[in-house]
Amino acid sequence: MSINLNPNFSEAGKRYFSAYSPADDFYELLINTHRDLTDEQSELLNARLILLLANHIGDIGTLREALKLSREGV
Amino acid sequence: MLKTYTYPRFEYTTPPEIASGRTLKVPVVVVGAGPVGLATALDLELQGVPVLLLDEDDTVSIGSRGVCYAKRALEILDRYGVGDAVCSKGVSWNVGRTFFREQEVYNFNLVPEADHHRPGMVNLQQYYLEEYLAARAASRPGIELRWKNKVVSVMQSGKSVTLKVETGDGFYTVEADWLIAADGARSPVRRMLGLDVEGKIFMDRFLIADVVMKAEFPAERWFWFDPPFHPGQSVLLHKQTDNVFRIDFQLGWDADPEQEKKPENVLPRIKAMLGDEREFELEWVSVYTFQCRRMGSFNHGRVLFVGDAAHQVSPFGARGANSGLQDADNLGWKLKLVIDGKAPEKLLDSYSEERVFAADENLMNSTRSTDFITPKSRVSRTFRNAALSLAKNHAFGRALVNSGRLSVPSFLTASSLNTPDSETETFAGRMLPGAPLDDAPVLENGEEGWLLSRVGGQFCVMYFADDPAAIDAATIAALTGLSGGGIAVQPVVISRRAGKLPGGIVHLEDRRGVFAKRYDARPGTVYLVRPDQHVAARWRSFDADRLGAAVARATCND
Repeated sequence: MSINLNPNFSEAGKRYFSAYSPADDFYELLINTHRDLTDEQSELLNARLILLLANHIGDIGTLREALKLSREGV
Repeated sequence: MLKTYTYPRFEYTTPPEIASGRTLKVPVVVVGAGPVGLATALDLELQGVPVLLLDEDDTVSIGSRGVCYAKRALEILDRYGVGDAVCSKGVSWNVGRTFFREQEVYNFNLVPEADHHRPGMVNLQQYYLEEYLAARAASRPGIELRWKNKVVSVMQSGKSVTLKVETGDGFYTVEADWLIAADGARSPVRRMLGLDVEGKIFMDRFLIADVVMKAEFPAERWFWFDPPFHPGQSVLLHKQTDNVFRIDFQLGWDADPEQEKKPENVLPRIKAMLGDEREFELEWVSVYTFQCRRMGSFNHGRVLFVGDAAHQVSPFGARGANSGLQDADNLGWKLKLVIDGKAPEKLLDSYSEERVFAADENLMNSTRSTDFITPKSRVSRTFRNAALSLAKNHAFGRALVNSGRLSVPSFLTASSLNTPDSETETFAGRMLPGAPLDDAPVLENGEEGWLLSRVGGQFCVMYFADDPAAIDAATIAALTGLSGGGIAVQPVVISRRAGKLPGGIVHLEDRRGVFAKRYDARPGTVYLVRPDQHVAARWRSFDADRLGAAVARATCND
């Protein structure tokens, strides 16, 4: 499966009236999850989050692509 | 500094009550003749309610303030009679560029959606908007504008509000049935009534500069994250009218406003931004700190709060003036019905309910922009920079970049005034109960026009048909009879084909089918539209009883 690089956020049962809302909903959740953590705790949280999401995606071909893209330009 | 604009001086005349000593009794007094106070006065006057409008000053907004007026605001301004003036003086832009450090990461072209009268947004200095609104208000017989009249005390008792007003010639007293406070973020009326506004000051400062470009500079919106000429901060460049460009420099909380404002500190920064070769002159510089807060409720007995007096947001997304104009739009018809005794005072609770909902949406969106632009922690900054670095090559990254989400009207889908769709009737599209109407091109008597200039100002029922000749006589009779009730309902028939209908019915032709598509209309489809151009109810067939019940619900008469 090839990686989806188009905007892809949505929430079941939620109706959006602005195209920007789903991505903004996610981004706010992400930043709020880090609230009041130290930098070190945030780093750990991010690592755990990547592992959780990677397992959920499962397909190693997709993950390989994501890993490659994430390293580009870093 | 250069001056591209000459501020008008509005004439003060001595109020007759000073000599007579009489108390001036009026149904409605609006305090504050900024854009929202002027709009509220115009809305009420169009509804037939006479308005006394008081302002402590005698000119328009000074300096660089509101810039961007979005489509919904322009549609409302059309109803107030200044839409054309604002759109022809204002400038539109479609191209936005986003820079991160040295590089442009992406640009977008907001090609306006076809088949709407008004564009997505127009940029115009606030003083022009106020000038046009003030001229319009002065031309209306039902508005008495009193400049240099300052409210110094407010007392509310039972069914009236008593104000003491100060002028250069002395004091007088006004007794009003209703007071609308449009007196801005620091609202003296709010303070005099001892009412709270809750929220927080954002710990950030911005330097605002208006510069006049000597040479051509594109009409585009440029936004920089962490640019080399202003490291660690953000900068926004926007075109206004008269070749005046507005620049917002984020300064950070530790900056010294007095120091930053000095031309010797401002000029090098702008030069670095534009590149040294572009010539410009400074027209305005100021520093501001913004707040995000709102009152718990926008109505308190006989006092109603609109605009910044009721709610304040960060500037990202142009949600201040735009939402204030929507307050006026929401309040005018409700207050009119209450004054006329056609709706209970409870209807004004729905003003607060609906506009608090909208204010919360505006606060949420502008806070999200602020949090993206000004990350509050290291990890937040890392995520922001990651999103920006992904934006160059990936569409999903661009969707995450938030440099301001332009004001759009709220879908009041949870409003208690709506009649929910029947479970057996389904509709595609987004014109559900509570939605602000989408515009559509229509023909009326063969002439091209727009839906939104033909519905609104009063309740309307939009009845859709293929062929007007095929509408049965009973339906025609029922539609024509709607205007006879306690609350007027204007019948509007929208048909695919031309044809003749009896007088009293507004007949619009949807020749290109844009209305039918946007409203998922089939022959027999009915929409009940509120005076502020929001959907109140809709059905697949006409039923006078259901319609009557929905009008009652939308006016708290159920």
